[in-house]
This record gives sequence, C-alpha cells and structure tokens, in this order.
Amino acid sequence: MINRLPFYLLITALVLIGTAFSLYRHAVYGVPWLPGEQRQQWEVEARIEFIANGDPAKVTMAIPGDQSNFILTDESSSSQGYGVALLDDGHQRRAEWSTRSAKDQQLIYYKARFLVDASAQHKVLAPTEPTPQFFEDVRQTAALSILEDALERSADNPTLARELVRQLNDPQNQNAALLLNSMNREEALVSLLSMEKIPARTVATLTLEDGRRRQSVQPWVQVWDDHKERWQLFNPQTGTEGKPDNLLIWSYEYQSLLDVIGGRQSDVSFSMIAQDISPETATREKITAEDLLNFSIHSLPVEEQAMFKTIMLIPVGALLVVFLRIIVGLKTSGTFMPVLIAVAFVQTELAPGIIGFLLIVGTGLMIRSYLSHLNLLLVARISAVIIAVIMIISVFTVIAYRVGLLEGLSITFFPMIILSWTIERMSILWEEEGAKEVFVQGGGSLFTAVLVYLAMTSELIRHLTFNFVGLQLIILALILLLGNYTGYRLSELRRFRHLAKPSQD
Amino acid sequence: MRIRQHISQTLSCVTDWLQLPKQLRQQGILGMNQRNHSFISRYNDRAKYPLVDDKLKTKLIAEQAGATVPELIGVIESQVHVRKIHQMVENWPGFVIKPAQGSGGKGILVVTSHKEGCYTKPSGAVVSRQDVERHITNTLAGLFSLGGKNDVAVVENLIEFDESYADFSYEGVPDIRVIVFHGYPVMAMMRCSTASSDGKANLHQGAVGVGLDIATGRAVRAVQFDHPITQHPDTLCPLDQLEIPDWEQLLVLAASAWEMTGLGYIGTDMVIDKSRGPMVLELNARPGLAIQTANGAGLLPRLQTIEALRQQGAIHHSPEERVALCRELFAN
Repeated sequence: MINRLPFYLLITALVLIGTAFSLYRHAVYGVPWLPGEQRQQWEVEARIEFIANGDPAKVTMAIPGDQSNFILTDESSSSQGYGVALLDDGHQRRAEWSTRSAKDQQLIYYKARFLVDASAQHKVLAPTEPTPQFFEDVRQTAALSILEDALERSADNPTLARELVRQLNDPQNQNAALLLNSMNREEALVSLLSMEKIPARTVATLTLEDGRRRQSVQPWVQVWDDHKERWQLFNPQTGTEGKPDNLLIWSYEYQSLLDVIGGRQSDVSFSMIAQDISPETATREKITAEDLLNFSIHSLPVEEQAMFKTIMLIPVGALLVVFLRIIVGLKTSGTFMPVLIAVAFVQTELAPGIIGFLLIVGTGLMIRSYLSHLNLLLVARISAVIIAVIMIISVFTVIAYRVGLLEGLSITFFPMIILSWTIERMSILWEEEGAKEVFVQGGGSLFTAVLVYLAMTSELIRHLTFNFVGLQLIILALILLLGNYTGYRLSELRRFRHLAKPSQD
Repeated sequence: MRIRQHISQTLSCVTDWLQLPKQLRQQGILGMNQRNHSFISRYNDRAKYPLVDDKLKTKLIAEQAGATVPELIGVIESQVHVRKIHQMVENWPGFVIKPAQGSGGKGILVVTSHKEGCYTKPSGAVVSRQDVERHITNTLAGLFSLGGKNDVAVVENLIEFDESYADFSYEGVPDIRVIVFHGYPVMAMMRCSTASSDGKANLHQGAVGVGLDIATGRAVRAVQFDHPITQHPDTLCPLDQLEIPDWEQLLVLAASAWEMTGLGYIGTDMVIDKSRGPMVLELNARPGLAIQTANGAGLLPRLQTIEALRQQGAIHHSPEERVALCRELFAN
C-alpha cells in the first residue's frame, strides 16, 4: 500500500495556510467576511495613452470630485517622468501632467477612490444664464417648431427637457431628424434649451459595474432646475431621467475631457472595481500597504485586478465540475467546456446566454451534418465548423441588432473554438450513439454551466474569492481530496440499484 | 391523510436510497471512481497503454505470445493506398476493416462476401467500392479513433462463428469479455448484439450481457439495459441454455494477456471461431463495469481475493495454474 500520510499532511498544510491568509486579511486589513453594502468603495482608473512627438508634452484631463452618492477619498497618479499638478477652478477639477521631452508610446494612469455614501453632500453653484445659440436657416425653423411643441406640454425646466428628449428620440419626428443630421442628441438638447435661456451642459459619465475594463465615458445632459436649485440629469439616448446610483459623473465638460499638447492619437479608457473596505480601516490599509506581506493581487493596477476578479472565480467552477463528475456522475461534453460557457454567460447574462448557446450549437449541428456528407479530413472539417460558428455568430448579431434586441449583441462573448469542438464532438456522438446521448451530454453541460454561472455571479462568492486569496488554497485542497474519493457516484446508485438486493430479483 | 401517505412514501424512498451505498458495498460492487483510482491508475502502467490502444500492436504481441488471433490480410496506412483494398481482399471471401486505435466498436466494417465491386454486409445491405474507400479514408483521418488522431486501417479475415450460437445474437458476432486481474480471470460475460443495439456489442447501447460462471462457462443470468431477462429480445432464444465450449482453453487465452501486456487490470475480448477456436480480438485497459450487472455480482471481493493472494506471496507462473485456481475460487 502507498503511504497516504504525506498526502494528508499536504491537505492539512493547504487548509491551514489558506485559513491563516484569510484570517490575516480579515484581522489586519479589516476586510469583512460578508459583502456589506454600506462599506462599498469604488476604485476607478483612467488609462491615458498617446504617442508623443518628441517635444515637451502637456496632458490635461478633467477629473471628478465629490458628487451625490460618491465621496472622493483618495486619488493618485502614476506617470514616469511627468510632473503632476491638480487644478481646481471652482467648476471643474483637472489634472495636468507635463514633461520636458517625451517620445513614442506614453502611458499615464490616474486612479481615484470613491466611497459610496447615500448622504454625500456637495456644493452646487448656480450657473449663469447661457447665451442663446442659433441654428442656420432651415434648422432654426425646425428647432423653433420643436421648442414650441415642447413648451406647450411642459411646466418647468425639467419637464421641458423631458419633452425635448422625447421628440429627439421620436423616429417619426422630421424636425428632430433634420437637427440630428448635423449634431448629436446631447448637443441638440443643450442648444435647444439655451434658446430658452435654460442652463444645460453635456457631462461625461461612467456607469460603474464591478470588474469592467476598457470603458469609455458616456455623454449625459444636466439641466438646471431653478425651482429646486439643482441639476437634473438626463440620458439623451434613452430619455432616462435622474441619476442612477451607479452613475459617476467624471467630468462636467464632455468636450474637453482630455487635452494633449505634444502628442497624437490620444485616448483614455477606464477600468473600475468594487471593493468592500470600511472607511475607518481604509486609512489603516494605506499605512500597511507599504509592508512586504502585501504582495497580494490588490497591489496591482485596477485593470489587472478587474481581470483577476474573473480569473479567481474559475477555481470555484472547476470545483463544481469535479464535484458533479466524481460525486454525482453527471455526463458533460468536454470536461471544462461548461466552465468556459459559464464565463461567457457572466458577460451575456443568463437568458440571452442560454438562447445564444442553443442557437449556435443547434445551427452548428445542422451545418456539421452537411459537412459530414462531404467526406472531409478531420482538421479541415473542424476549421470549416469554426468558420461556420463565426458566421452564425455574425448573422445572429446583425439580426438581433436589426430587430432591436440589444441583448443579442452579447453573443460574441462565446468562445468560438471551444464551441466548434463541442459541435464536432456532439455531431460524432449523434452519429455513433444517437440523439438521446447528445441530449444527455448537452443537457448535462448546460446544467453544469448554469450552476457554475450561478456560483460565479453570487455576490458572496465573488466577494470571498477576490478578497481572500487564501481560499484558493482551500479549494485546491478540496479538489485534491475529491480526487481521492473512491465511493459510488450518485448515478451509479441508480445504475446498480437492482444489484443491491439480489434475493428480490 | 393522503398528504401523510405521500410523505411517508417519500421518506421510505429516501431511506431506501440512503441504504443503497451500504448495500452495494456489501455486494462488493465496484464503482467508477474506485475502478479508476484503486485499480486502473494503480496497476496499469501508462507507458503500456499503446499496446492495447493500438489493435495492430495487440495483434503482434498476441501472436508472439502464441495466442490465436484473426488472420491479418493487410494494413492500409496512407490515403494513396486506399484503392489497394480491392486487390488486397481479392482472394478472401469475407473480411473486416477496423481502425487500429478505435474504441467501443466504432468504425468496424464487416463484409461477408463480395463480387465484382459489390460488397455485402452481414445485414444483407450492399455497399459500393466508393463506400468502402470512403470508410477507409474516414478511418485514416481518425474519425473513429480516440481523440481524433490519424490512424491506420487494419484488414482482417472474417471470423466464422459457430452456428450453435447463431440464435444468441442478432446481426453480429457475440464476443466474450473476461476481466483479468494480474493474470487471474476474475469475471466473464458474453455480449450479444440485438436489434436495438444495431449489431453492436455495447451493453449501454442495448446489447444483451450474459454473465458466465468462471468455473463452468455456463450462463449465470442475462441483462439488457441493466434489467434481468431470460430470453434474447429478438431471437427469443432462452439465454440460460448458453454454455461456452472449450471454456478452459478460452480462459487460459484470456489469462495470458497478463504475460502479453504486463497490465494489471485488463479486459480481454474474445470470439470463438468455428475452426480455429477462441481468438483474442482486442484488449481493453479501461474495461467497463456492466459485467457486474450481467453476473449479478460485484467485482470487489474477487479483486481483493487476488490482491490478498499476491500479498501472501502466492506465485502462479503459468496461465493454466491461474485459471485452475480461479475456477475453484470463483465458482458460482
């Protein structure tokens, strides 16, 4: 017999180290065990990229400040060789980076931390009355007609703005179509309001969603409500009114978000991530952040952290698959294909994901059954299936867009090569074992994928896996233990149930 | 009242299920996890798998060991030689084409007779020269092989199976599977194809499994889809009449797989030819568990008996010795 002692020692060590790491993070860094809503904090990172000309370079970017629902607690920037200055003219805060000489690709990071606080207060300055803007000839008539119509159906500034947005979004409205030929919705709205001397401005906003990367700012319009002495926010695309809790206003000046002198092809993208740290321990964390033990993933830039948020969930999926196969005995097509499908479901949401999966695999099977008549060599056939899958995805995306199903666009998140192999395997299974086995294995895969998706999207599991990296070691220990399980699978209890009492046969 | 009845029914159902693992363990039923963990990965050396995964290699080592195997007509190794098949089989009345690395009976084409480019299958269906060539092309491309690897097509002489068990099988040769543990034949069954298994001898596709007494080669019980049956569903032949002739010779042949491969836990698949007797068709390093259902008995006690024997240092060098011991130990 092989000595199993080292194995169990390894398991114990993994569990102990994992627990110790987690306890350390809880006790020293004050990370709560459960995701708490009032302690949520957002870390938003702007990544500025441009190609420098080789001359002195000056980069100015609008940066956010306190606003309703968010308190700015910390900001920092990382930019090698640049001097940094934070400017505030009372209306808009800006960060300015400058250097004597810069060449080639340049990267500047700016990171801001916001504490979510429903009672956040901020100073609002009453705006000055705008100078009316006029359109040229035909458009002016169209604008006046839209305004007249809207004024008739409104009582004050916000209701007027609401009416205007409604008309601008009405595809039947010819006047609106004329205006939108030469300008954006948000520009048109601000101009129209200025004709009535109502202060309005286009602001750059970010919708905060945990783990999002490479986001860009969206234009919303703020309209001054002179009765309530505050700005009212509108989404010019959808007509949504009021500020969603997860909407962060990054800049009050949409046009001059980023100005680069001495460079070209400048671009800014945003990554964001939610953390659960209490405000009182946030300060303490900053002090200990310097110590050597903090080589955790939390010391990485936000963009990489956002990536790890998903990566850290994959072991949970693997554990589920191991459990379903070894303990339950579920048949799936491809061992870890369900985990990859579940990762795609996280991007697409569940219902569109399942429909998309069934559409792709179903159509793929039909095309594959035609390919099998052509009598092709294996590698060529799989490559043909890959191209077919890509075409299916494009066709469905275009159809979904035309019909107006925006959920359909997320179909592109599916891993195409994996899906092609799934189709190939299922098709061979169909030919050899019949349709029943395809449904058994396909259903098993889908069921596993849904379970893994539910685990991956659970707030508690996301919180635990990301904030307590030590848990990964415990998951590893569990998987090793399961690899040692020699008992019956649940499916075998069913399979061999007639053998349990042979006397009654 | 009805709700209470329902609850008590459900409860008794649940307790029955909770009892199952214990009862199965008492019966010595081997589960998939235990088979993989405690037998296959413990006793089967990975490096020796190619010997059994490649039927051509299996054939060669079996011939070297003096075991009877179906005669090799030829091997087609590359696409350019596909057309040679017609010339190759010219002087053989019937033949079988199989992928060297196929699994689970996939990709086996049986031709019972041929004449002027028309090939007749056992079902009576006639296929053309192109169909045969396409089948070989698919085989070479790896359509039937584990992991889709490129493969070679092995062409063998047709087995003339004994008319005396024509009625035990429907369209297809019944084969005999013996589980051999360290050279000791521990359990055996015959697999008979049915209409619902489409001529294939796989139990999960609906073939009939007939458990065979290790001591005598007589039928113990028969199952289809894990349910006990008494007669073949298509030929209505009573299955308890089944008795394998030359049983000892067959077991010795099965047991010699240990000498051939050195794999500890193996399934030997054999057929009985009318004139040449038992022949080894293929070896399987991952034999399934359905043999337990067919025998109505668990593998574990028998495997543990052999493990205990080996621990005590009992050595049985020849297959004959091991067979004699097993026929004594595992008689029903």
